[in-house]
Amino acid sequence: MTLPGFGISRRHVFAGAGGSIVASLLPEAVLAQPTTVIDVTRARTDPVPIAVPDMAGAGPDAQRMGRQIAQVIQANLRNSGLFRPVDRQAFIQTPEAAAATPRFQDWRVIGAQALTTGRVEASGDRLRVEFRLWDVLPEQQLQGTAFTAPAAQWRRIAHLISDVIYERLLGEKGYFDTQIVYIAESGPRDRRTRRMAMMDQDGENHRFLTDGSFQALTPRFHPTARQVAFMSYFRNEPRVYLFNLDSGQQQVLGSFGGMTFSPRFHPDGRSVVLSASRGGDANIYSVDIGSRRERQLTSGGSLDVSPCYSPDGTQIVFNSDRGGDQQLYVMSADGGGARRISFGNGRYATPVWSPRGDLIAFTRISGGQFGIGVMRPDGSGERILSEGWAMEGPTFAPNGRVLAFYRETPARDARGGGYSSTLSQIDIAGFNERRMVTPTDASDPAWSPLLS
Amino acid sequence: MNIKLLGALAALTLLGACGSGTDTAGAAGGGAATTASGPRPGSQEDLVANVGDRVLFDTDRSSVRADQRAILERQAAWLGRYPQVQVAVEGHADERGTREYNLALGQRRANAARDVLVAGGVASARIATISYGKDRPAALGSDETAWAQNRRAVTVVR
Repeated sequence: MTLPGFGISRRHVFAGAGGSIVASLLPEAVLAQPTTVIDVTRARTDPVPIAVPDMAGAGPDAQRMGRQIAQVIQANLRNSGLFRPVDRQAFIQTPEAAAATPRFQDWRVIGAQALTTGRVEASGDRLRVEFRLWDVLPEQQLQGTAFTAPAAQWRRIAHLISDVIYERLLGEKGYFDTQIVYIAESGPRDRRTRRMAMMDQDGENHRFLTDGSFQALTPRFHPTARQVAFMSYFRNEPRVYLFNLDSGQQQVLGSFGGMTFSPRFHPDGRSVVLSASRGGDANIYSVDIGSRRERQLTSGGSLDVSPCYSPDGTQIVFNSDRGGDQQLYVMSADGGGARRISFGNGRYATPVWSPRGDLIAFTRISGGQFGIGVMRPDGSGERILSEGWAMEGPTFAPNGRVLAFYRETPARDARGGGYSSTLSQIDIAGFNERRMVTPTDASDPAWSPLLS
Repeated sequence: MNIKLLGALAALTLLGACGSGTDTAGAAGGGAATTASGPRPGSQEDLVANVGDRVLFDTDRSSVRADQRAILERQAAWLGRYPQVQVAVEGHADERGTREYNLALGQRRANAARDVLVAGGVASARIATISYGKDRPAALGSDETAWAQNRRAVTVVR
């Protein structure tokens, strides 16, 4: 796995399903800082112009792979709303020549501020991709990395490169080497089939995880992204299950006498917080995954649902009707000191804590409209990002900059015609809302942590 | 012998439905097996036709409405006549709420209906409860008429 001919100063191994990817820093990489300081806030109003030519390659296989990798990178960057890929028709220098030595004048004149170049070597089912990121104005290399991986992993290489570009140019971690787990919905609404499904964040590599013989709802990723907690109606007993993504094995987690639902992992991955309905109420419990020991965190006759830990694991935000209608509350992770944080107009639900810790995203139902919004953990600074007839279930990308959620359209007639349920994503500043394409209707998205 | 005959009749009914190209949604159990002599006593069809299988709730409420209580009391009396029958009370919510909260609300409605049945003398061991939240509407429209029908607890013979 070493790379002959290169003085390896840094080496990363990205493990995951389908074989590991080795990334090594190329020797010429001096790790210069971008001369123009760009941050996410500035890029929202002024997206970074970047040229992403095809990667060069010797032979048709390598060339095809180089083109596909560049296309995935370009789509990732464009979809983030923070980059503006330069029109490929305008390119002057060929990808082959640029991969050898970029002629910066050629890229400057077409308005590119950043440039990526690369070279692909394909031998058998192995792939080696050399990638460089350039700051066009000062004519400086910002990054040089070589990736070695099974050819089947080429999309992950493209996502890893996209994350490198995002981080080097914006100074924050990206979110492209991630997956979305969600509920695929089909059939009429009174007899809906709901299957758990998973895909890359860009909709590729889609696969179903359950077969639809029982209803699956509300999947959520383990911090390692190798496991999912979800609600299953297996044998018509609604319970929280764990789904192992490597083995496909499912095991019941929340089995204590009634319905268990709305699971979320503790940030340490060793326990799950969930709601359990034993009588007419719903209370919050934490369940240790190893011992299956449960611990009751709330009590009383109210409906306490949708608990979610703060990223440091010390607090839990949840949804309760204890004050009359649905509002958001924050309590300590052992269940004490609950205080209400939502005070705006309407009912509040489905709170999720940003991985950055700075915001809580939620659903608000007000005046017959649903909205997705964010507020600070003390309840201040509330902003509604998107509103419509129905939308709910926000989930943060691992860098806390983008939310995915699901949106529904109303039925036009008594037979349910016109109803739809689709996934969307939106920047937490409330711009760049995009529909996420899925093979069927969809709900309950959950964004994975970075896979590497 | 009678059961065999009923089965044959039901099959004929289904064939007829297929031939006419309509979808009678046999899975819904809406009375496809009825004959001239009426539904089999103690069956779901009997409950639907002669007692009423469901009660409706107000928005975001789970207390049994005064105008719905009599239906549950009739159900309790009916269950008293058929002591071998076991039921599940299925709680539901309309689509104007979030999924997880509506699961809890549906469970609370199922429990409220169950409590009236138990108060009417039905052994609690005979009654299971389950919630489907907003995920199994009875009416498929997106208006107040549909929502009123979907905020419900349905008693289902197991």
